[in-house]
Amino acid sequence: MDPRLAIIAERLKSIKKIIAVAAGKGGVGKSTVATGLALVLSKMGYKVGLLDLDFYGPSTHVILGLSEEIQPTEERGIVPPKVHGIEFMSLVFYTRKNPAPLRGPDLTNALIELLAITRWGELDFLIVDMPPGMGDTTLDAIRLLKNPSFLVVTTPSRVAYETVSRLIALLSELSIPILGVIENMRRPSDRVRLSLGVRVIGELPFDEELEDALGDPERFLQTEFARRLREVASAFKES
Amino acid sequence: MHEWALAEAVIATAKRAAREKKLRRITEITVKLGELQQIERTVFEFALEQILAQEDALVRHAKVVLETERARFRCRACHHEWAFETEHFAPEIAEAIHFVPEIAHAYVRCPSCRSPDFEVIAGRGVWLASLKGEE
Ligand SMILES: Nc1ncnc2c1ncn2[C@@H]1O[C@H](COP(=O)(O)OP(=O)(O)OP(=O)(O)O)[C@@H](O)[C@H]1O
Ligand SMILES: [Mg+2]
Ligand SMILES: [Zn+2]
Repeated sequence: MDPRLAIIAERLKSIKKIIAVAAGKGGVGKSTVATGLALVLSKMGYKVGLLDLDFYGPSTHVILGLSEEIQPTEERGIVPPKVHGIEFMSLVFYTRKNPAPLRGPDLTNALIELLAITRWGELDFLIVDMPPGMGDTTLDAIRLLKNPSFLVVTTPSRVAYETVSRLIALLSELSIPILGVIENMRRPSDRVRLSLGVRVIGELPFDEELEDALGDPERFLQTEFARRLREVASAFKES
Repeated sequence: MHEWALAEAVIATAKRAAREKKLRRITEITVKLGELQQIERTVFEFALEQILAQEDALVRHAKVVLETERARFRCRACHHEWAFETEHFAPEIAEAIHFVPEIAHAYVRCPSCRSPDFEVIAGRGVWLASLKGEE
């Protein structure tokens, strides 16, 4: 018997709401939205955690500007360090700069291990940055995280809608709550309009300032992207 | 002391299994410790003792038997098989593998063909091997 599965619910007990930021599609801004949301909610006074489940392409530590000497502490498990007020957990603490060439069962095992040993504090929100695709990690997140809600990110492109709508279909079939769709990187010249059948809860502009603000949360929070994300966060915090 | 988290997991799982089997009392729990995870046996034993002392009658007096299992790898590229040796690793790498054994894929390579595409065929981590009890 795998002893770890029975303890995961216990480990997640102190979290009020889990939000998985996903798309199915790659490169649409999931990690930027997930990290931005964590920062914005934390600034609003909520207790927030951020969990990076993109084991092949972890990114949230870059956006947060995690310094290399920061590590989780050991206290009857692993206690996530606080980074800019956010309880942060990622496999990069252990892989460091190395690639993690993991096959499906190894991805699942690594995820179960992390969930079984991580001791989150009392959190209002745990934001989960999902990898692209709807394979092992998406199915594991649905199976193992306690009632996650999904926040679906897309860009205003028919190519993105094509894949994002498949994720929405999967989540709907499984009766997983969808908080809404965030349309990211819209430029004034974009003509396509969403028709994904799910409420659009935010439109985030393509923001030229963003690249220079990566790794500097204070500056990130000053961007137009973050300002618009704050409106999104204010709207769904009651739900 | 991350052993504590896994010790809690073992006891929680044993209790769940006992309830499913309608056991009144668990008498013995056998746990396999896969070598790859490098569990500190004394720390793990201590954690189990402390946790059991706080538990109810279902599991409180259970005897816990720990068995170590050698870790073995098999390369998917060239089919070479080999055994895990902690001594080959810098302490911080050994520690990373201790927390999440799959991290081995970030640091270990097949000694025969250098592939990272290997399988852990034995001795990965903590496993609840068997449970004895009274109905
Ligand atoms: N609104 C925006 N304006 C400008 N640049 C953006 C915006 N949103 C995201 N980006 C940039 O686009 C790139 C991709 O974003 P991000 O890494 O968040 O996408 P992702 O969906 O997480 O990708 P992956 O599928 O690889 O995980 C990054 O360089 C990010 O800084
Ligand atoms: Mg990403
Ligand atoms: Zn090989």
